[in-house]
Amino acid sequence: MTASLAAPPKPLTVALVGNPNTGKSTLFSRLAGVRQRVGNYPGVTVEKKLGQAEFHGQRFTLVDLPGTYSLAPRSPDEMVAVDVLLGRCDSGSGLRGDVPPIDVVLCIVDASNLERNFYLLSQVLELGLPTVVALNMVDVAKGKGLTLDLKKLAERLPAKFVPVQANKGVGVSELKQALAAAASKPPVPVPSPFPEKFVSEVEALHQRAGCNGHPRLPRYLVERLLLDTTGYLAAAGLPGISRELLQEVPAARERLAAAGLAVPAVEALARYQWASQVLSGIVARPAHKPVTLSDRIDRVLTHRVWGTLVFVLLMLLLFQAVYFVPDMSGANWLLEKLMALAASAVRAIVPAGALQSLLTTGVIGGVGGVVVFLPQILTLFFFIALLEDCGYMARAAYLMDKLMSRIGLSGKSFIPLLSSFACAVPGIMATRVIENRRDRLVTILVAPLMSCSARLPVYTLLIAAFVPNLTIGAGWFALPWLHGLVMFAMYSIGIVTGIAAAWIFKKTLFRGSTPPFVMELPSYKLPDVRVVLHRMLEQGWAFLSRAGTLIVAVSIVVWGLAYWPHDRSQISPVLFDKQANLQAQIEAAPEDQRKALKVNLATVENQIAGQYLQHSFLGRAGKLIEPAVKPLGWDWRIGCAAIASFPAREVVVATLGVIYNLGDEQDETSDDLKQTLKDATWDGTNRPVFTLPVALSVMVFFALCAQCSSTLVIMRRETGSWRWPAFTFAYMTTLAYLGALATYKIGTWLSG
Amino acid sequence: MTSVADLRVGARATVLRIEGVDEVSLRLMEMGLTPGVDVALLGVAPLGDPLELEVRGYRLSLRKKEAARVEVNLVTNDK
Repeated sequence: MTASLAAPPKPLTVALVGNPNTGKSTLFSRLAGVRQRVGNYPGVTVEKKLGQAEFHGQRFTLVDLPGTYSLAPRSPDEMVAVDVLLGRCDSGSGLRGDVPPIDVVLCIVDASNLERNFYLLSQVLELGLPTVVALNMVDVAKGKGLTLDLKKLAERLPAKFVPVQANKGVGVSELKQALAAAASKPPVPVPSPFPEKFVSEVEALHQRAGCNGHPRLPRYLVERLLLDTTGYLAAAGLPGISRELLQEVPAARERLAAAGLAVPAVEALARYQWASQVLSGIVARPAHKPVTLSDRIDRVLTHRVWGTLVFVLLMLLLFQAVYFVPDMSGANWLLEKLMALAASAVRAIVPAGALQSLLTTGVIGGVGGVVVFLPQILTLFFFIALLEDCGYMARAAYLMDKLMSRIGLSGKSFIPLLSSFACAVPGIMATRVIENRRDRLVTILVAPLMSCSARLPVYTLLIAAFVPNLTIGAGWFALPWLHGLVMFAMYSIGIVTGIAAAWIFKKTLFRGSTPPFVMELPSYKLPDVRVVLHRMLEQGWAFLSRAGTLIVAVSIVVWGLAYWPHDRSQISPVLFDKQANLQAQIEAAPEDQRKALKVNLATVENQIAGQYLQHSFLGRAGKLIEPAVKPLGWDWRIGCAAIASFPAREVVVATLGVIYNLGDEQDETSDDLKQTLKDATWDGTNRPVFTLPVALSVMVFFALCAQCSSTLVIMRRETGSWRWPAFTFAYMTTLAYLGALATYKIGTWLSG
Repeated sequence: MTSVADLRVGARATVLRIEGVDEVSLRLMEMGLTPGVDVALLGVAPLGDPLELEVRGYRLSLRKKEAARVEVNLVTNDK
C-alpha cells in the first residue's frame, strides 16, 4: 500500500480505449459507478463520458472514448479520441477545457480475439503514455478452447496486463491498483512495429513539422499524416502541418513504395505482424476447433429461413412492447393519475388565475409531456440493451443490410427506424449504434416521418368522425374496411416519404462515398442483467436531464401564447353575466338540482375559455395564418390548433376541444367533439368546415409535420447543434403543407 | 482473379492483396484482412448480401462490393 500512500493527491486522468464489443462501457461503469457525467464534444456527434473513481485515496478521472478498431482518424468524430489521448488543446474544438491531459491509458482487449485487438493496442503503445491493458472475456476465450500464457505476455510487453471480468466486477480493484502504479512510473518506450526505413521517414517528416514557428506536431500525427491516403488529415487544418510538409509526403510515400513498403498497406502488415510475434507461443489454439454453442446459435440465427423468422418475431415483439408496454403495464395510467393529482392539488392551493393556469397547464402539462416518454424509452432500451449485450444487434444489422442499402443506409439504421413507429424520441437516441456520421444524421432526419403513437389520437378522431365506415359483407360478417385502409394509408405516407427523403438526403446533403459496412459479428453470450438495467436507466436519465427542462420550457411558452393577453374586455359580457347568474343559482339551489346547473355552468365556462383562446396571441396567430392555411381547406381554428400542437401532436385534440368550447378534457373518443367538428361552420356562413377532404388534409399534415418539441430537442442533443432540428422542422413542415394541399385539392376534385 | 465475393459458402482462401487506398480498403486491412491471412466464407445473409467471414479467429461481415476488393487464392472449397 506504500505506492498508493505516496501517490500524488491530484486525480489521475485515465482514458479508456478499446474495440467495440469488448465490454468497455461495462468496465467503465464498474469503475465509475454512478458518478458519471455525459455530454457532447463540441462540433461532433461523439458522446463525452466522464466518470470518477477512487482507490486507497488516489482519485481517478475516467474518460470513456468511443469504441474503435483503430486510432486512424478519417473524420472529425474519429479525431476526438486521438485529440484526447494526445492532450491537444489547439484543435480548436475546446477539448482541453473539459478533459485534462491523459496520465494513463487503459486499453481493454477481448481475450478471445487478441490478434485483432492488438492492432489497436500497438497504436496505443506508440503514443508513449503509461498503459495498462485489461484482458476481458477470459471466459469466452476458454469456451473457444484458447489458453493464454499471461506471464509470458507480461515479459514481452512493458504494459501491465490485468485479467478482468467486467460484467461480474472481477479484477476491478487490481485494475485500479495497476493504474495508480503505472502513473507513478515513466512509460517504457516500446519499439516501433514499423520497419526501420519507415521509421526514419516519419522521423524526417517530424523534424520538418516543427518549422516556421508552428508548435511541433506530435510524432504520432506525423506518422498518421504519412499513412492517411484518404486525405482527411492533410485537409484537417492541423496547426503544424504546413504546405511544405504536405509537399514532402508524396515523395516519402514513393521512396517507401520503392522499398517494398507501400502506404497504406504497410501499417496493417506491420501491426498484425507485430501482434502475431508478440502472441506467438502465448495463445494456444486447440488442434481441432470446437464447434461452440455460439457457432450453433449463429447457424440458426443467420439461416435463410429460421434466421429470418426469428428476426421478424423479435422485431414484432420489440415493436409491440414499445407500443403496448407503457399502456399495459399501467405506467402511463399511473403517470396520468400523478399529473392529475398534482394539478388538482395546485387548484386547491392556488386561486384561479394566471398562476394557477401556468402551473396546471404550462408546468404540470409540460412535465407530463416529458415523463410520458419515459416508459417508451425504458422499454425500448431494455430490449436494445438486451439484444446488444447478447450479440444479436450486429446480426439484426447483418440481416437487414441489403434492404436498407437500397436507400443508401446500412442495416444499422433498421432498429432506430422501426422504433420510431412507436416514438421518434427513443428511435433517435438509438441511432448511436451507427458510427458513420452521414448515415446517422440521415437516420435521425427521417426518423420523425415514421408514424408514431402520438399521431394515433389525431387519426382516430378524424377517421371516426369523417370517414364513412364502409363494410364488406353483411350482418355478422360485416367487416369495416375503409377506416383501416385510411389508417394504413397514413402509415404508408410516412414510410414512403421517409424512404424518398433518406434517398434524396444521401444524394444531396450527405453525398459521399458509401461508408464501408465492415462489421464484427461478436460471439453470442448470455446477457447480463446488471448491464442491461444500467444501460436502460442511463438512457432514461439522459433524456430527463438533458431534454426534460427544454421540453417543459417550450410547453410554458406555448401556454403563455394561448393564455395572454387574457383581456376580459374582449369577451362578450353576456357570458360573464350568465356565469355569475349560474353561480348564484347553484349557491341557492337545493342539492338535487345543483348537478344540472353545474353542467350549464361548465358549458358557459368552456365558452369563455374558447373566447379567451380566440383572443389570445395564439388565436390571433391562427387568424393571421388563415390565408396560408385556407388553401388546405382549413379555417383559423384548425390553423390555431396546429400551432398549439407544437409541443406535441396529440395536444391538437385538446386544443380543438377548447377552441370549440368543449373544455380541454376532450380525447379522441369523445362523441361530443366528433359531433362538434361535424357541425362546425366557417365563421358567418353555414358552410361546414370539416368535409372528408379537409379531414384527410389535416391527417396528412399531422402524418408529415414535425410538431413534436421533444423530438426536436432530442435531435439537438444527439447532433450537438440546433441546425438539424431547425432543418427537420423546416423540411417536414414544408412536406406536410404540400401533402395537405395536394390531399385537399385532389379530394375536392374527386368529390366534384 | 478470385475475390472473397466469388467464394462459395464453406470455402477457405488466403488473401493476396486488397485493392485501393481509400477508406474502404483501409478499414478492411485494419480489420485484419492483410496479405497472407486465411479467410473462410461462413455464410451469406438471407437477402443475398452481406457475407459472413471468419478471419483471425473472429467473425466479420462485409458487403459483396467490399469483398470484391479482397483478392484471394482459393485453398479449398470443402465445408
